[in-house]
Amino acid sequence: MALIRNVPVAPALNLIDKRRWTLALAAVLVVVSLGTFGAFGLNLGVDFRGGIVIQAETAQETTVAGMRERLAELNLGDTNIQQFGEANTVLIRVQEQAGGQEAQNEAIQRVKEHLRPQVTTYERTEFVGPKVGEELKQAGMMATGLALLAMAAYIWFRFEWQFAVAGLAALLHDVITTLGFFSITQLEFNLGTVAAVLTIAGYSINDTVVVFDRVREVVRKYKRKPMPELLNIGVNSTITRTLLTSVTTLLALIALAVFGGAVIRSFTWALIWGVLIGTFSSIGVAVPMLLQLRLSPSTLVTEDDETARQQAEAAGKSP
Amino acid sequence: MLHIPRWQTVIIALIVLAGALFAAPNLFSEKRLQSFPDWVPNKQINLGLDLQGGSHLLLEVKAEESMTQYLQGVVEEVRRNLRQERIGYRALGITDGAVTFELRDPGKAGGARKALQNVGDDLKLEIADGEGALQLTDQARRERVSSTVQQSIEVIRRRIDQTGVREPTIQRQGERRIIVQLPGINNPERMKDILGKTAKLTFHLVRQDVNPSGDVPPSAKVLPAAETGPNGEPARRYVVEKRVMVSGENLTDAQPSFQQGQPVVSFNFNSVGGSRFAEATKENVGEPFAIVLDDEVISAPVIREPILGGQGMISGDFTTEEANDLALLLRAGALPAPLRILQERTVGPSMGADSVEAGEIASVVALVAVMAFAAAIYGFFGLLACLGLLVNLVLIMGGLSLLQATLTLPGIAGIVLTLGMAVDANVLIFERIREEAQNFRGPVSAVDAGYRRAMTTILDANITTLIAALLLYYFGSGPVRGFAVTLSIGVITSMFTAIMLTRSLVALWLRHRRPQALPI
Repeated sequence: MALIRNVPVAPALNLIDKRRWTLALAAVLVVVSLGTFGAFGLNLGVDFRGGIVIQAETAQETTVAGMRERLAELNLGDTNIQQFGEANTVLIRVQEQAGGQEAQNEAIQRVKEHLRPQVTTYERTEFVGPKVGEELKQAGMMATGLALLAMAAYIWFRFEWQFAVAGLAALLHDVITTLGFFSITQLEFNLGTVAAVLTIAGYSINDTVVVFDRVREVVRKYKRKPMPELLNIGVNSTITRTLLTSVTTLLALIALAVFGGAVIRSFTWALIWGVLIGTFSSIGVAVPMLLQLRLSPSTLVTEDDETARQQAEAAGKSP
Repeated sequence: MLHIPRWQTVIIALIVLAGALFAAPNLFSEKRLQSFPDWVPNKQINLGLDLQGGSHLLLEVKAEESMTQYLQGVVEEVRRNLRQERIGYRALGITDGAVTFELRDPGKAGGARKALQNVGDDLKLEIADGEGALQLTDQARRERVSSTVQQSIEVIRRRIDQTGVREPTIQRQGERRIIVQLPGINNPERMKDILGKTAKLTFHLVRQDVNPSGDVPPSAKVLPAAETGPNGEPARRYVVEKRVMVSGENLTDAQPSFQQGQPVVSFNFNSVGGSRFAEATKENVGEPFAIVLDDEVISAPVIREPILGGQGMISGDFTTEEANDLALLLRAGALPAPLRILQERTVGPSMGADSVEAGEIASVVALVAVMAFAAAIYGFFGLLACLGLLVNLVLIMGGLSLLQATLTLPGIAGIVLTLGMAVDANVLIFERIREEAQNFRGPVSAVDAGYRRAMTTILDANITTLIAALLLYYFGSGPVRGFAVTLSIGVITSMFTAIMLTRSLVALWLRHRRPQALPI
């Protein structure tokens, strides 16, 4: 009954031989991402940019174009109306108004009153001042940077420095390509997206650690085999797990993207992208990087020989 | 390893039971819960404002303004003291948060020092080269800011209570910020108006002999009328005495009422205010006086006769709601300093309900999809993982209810994501068992080795995820924090279900069925 019986435990894919391809692909992705990021920038949400966002449910016969015209009558500077999720829901964006708090409050009130005939209910109002926006931006960058370093430090502590560097490289790849994804799709980049980026980092490093753990075990077990072969064994014996976990996570995320509503849709898309890219990077970037960093059996065996021997003994003894 | 001590089994069972018990209240309506005995857990998950609807406001107290007010008092004090001692000065004023002046005769520094030594304990006096500066000490400045913010919170609380909003949260954040959360309100604009007004009420005599656009004597100032003309400019401007006849601090009550069909606000003075007002009106019959709110003249009626009863009335061009709000503001008292709204997040109740529903549907679909997939791939072991997944969901619910953590929309996303990732620990173990079984181990030894070897991997992998979640909690705000909370709880409960729960179930199954081969 279990389908898994048809899947080999350790497929004999020669992924390490193709490492030049995967590393090159990763490099291309990173370069393209940096390029589009530089060229298009991010579609920053109100959290970071400051300003006003109003989500409204519109009356049946209203068109977005009609609302745009009406909104333009108010002369509030840079404004934007777009459909959001369902057909009769729109998102109205208004830039921060000059003149302090009263001006914002007044602008919100004026927009709401002016568009009243075309709207049935105002569902959400957000206003972020520029100072807070700047602070949130900094807190977001800080959190991401610290998270990457903390995870790399943990790996360094649990493994060797080569693993930490390789893991960090994979993480940077994930973060940069996610930024690229957002600059190409121009999906809104907001506080939730930063949360998504951090989650992607957590997910990707999770994958990477699983592979690293196996690599370390394999290297200790077969010291004499050449490194590329050992890495291949490590990847192959975890690849089924890596793919299965990605599938279950994607299943959950797709459910969220389809049924979870428009508010968290860009967040969910970021996560879906992240699962794909994170799965690729742990196999295609992190492991090949180990080889590039000249990880050799001796680094792992000499220092940890004792523990490895003990583990092997314990394994042999168990019933 | 497969022999699980009885105490461990008991603990595992207890944890699952406790999780179910704490999660249970979420299945009942609030009314039913109140009818349960006290010892039954009755806390439901705390829904964030984005799910139950309401307003979240981040306010900043402009403490500098109350500081400036205080320093203005100091300026007057300095002026008086120096005059008394006949010490010449010029350029007395406030620059960069300090009271500064120049001595006409730099040689009189000693005299000036003596004259000013009693101006204030918390002021630091420096005189050099004929230039003097009085500055608040750092500690005094901090204390002043702190007490200003504290007073502001009190006033905000009184104002919100007066509007009848249920269960507001008012918290201080950082040095001079205040977070206000108002669940379930449907008119945030009115709340912002009410919170945004300083509501400083003063009564001044009007100087009719001075032209507002001409030279104004130092004892008077020009204030605009609150009423605006057709072009949005103030309808007119008044010259009023700087000296305050009576201020809002001397009010004991204010209520909206009607006079000749017009909404007005009637008020009572306390005894001090009443006698001051009586005196001022006695002396100035026939003259107009200005009722000033936040530096705008609401109205300037003429005193027809002395007002001795300690009661008064403010009429202006009010709507009923404006009269209501003004009365409310006067009852709750003035803010010590103006507030600025830095951030607002308002979600309507219907959208909150929609989000909850969307989250529930997404969770159920995700759960079913993941369980079906796990069962299809791993068969019997997959079913065990499904059981673990259900327990996991119950434990997350129980944990959220117990910790009274706030569940937000991204928080629901965190739960759904956890459902997908929770299977990971099981998949890791099952893959390992499969591998061990291939190496011609017996079922018991394969399962045992599988669990033991997968353990360090599971720990390492989950700790890295936890690191990300904790940093997210630390740096995040609002809904994002909710995501970090559910992700962290989810990581911990999924480790528990995979390492403890399913393992005992597998052990139990092995002991009772003693299978020859593993169905994997």
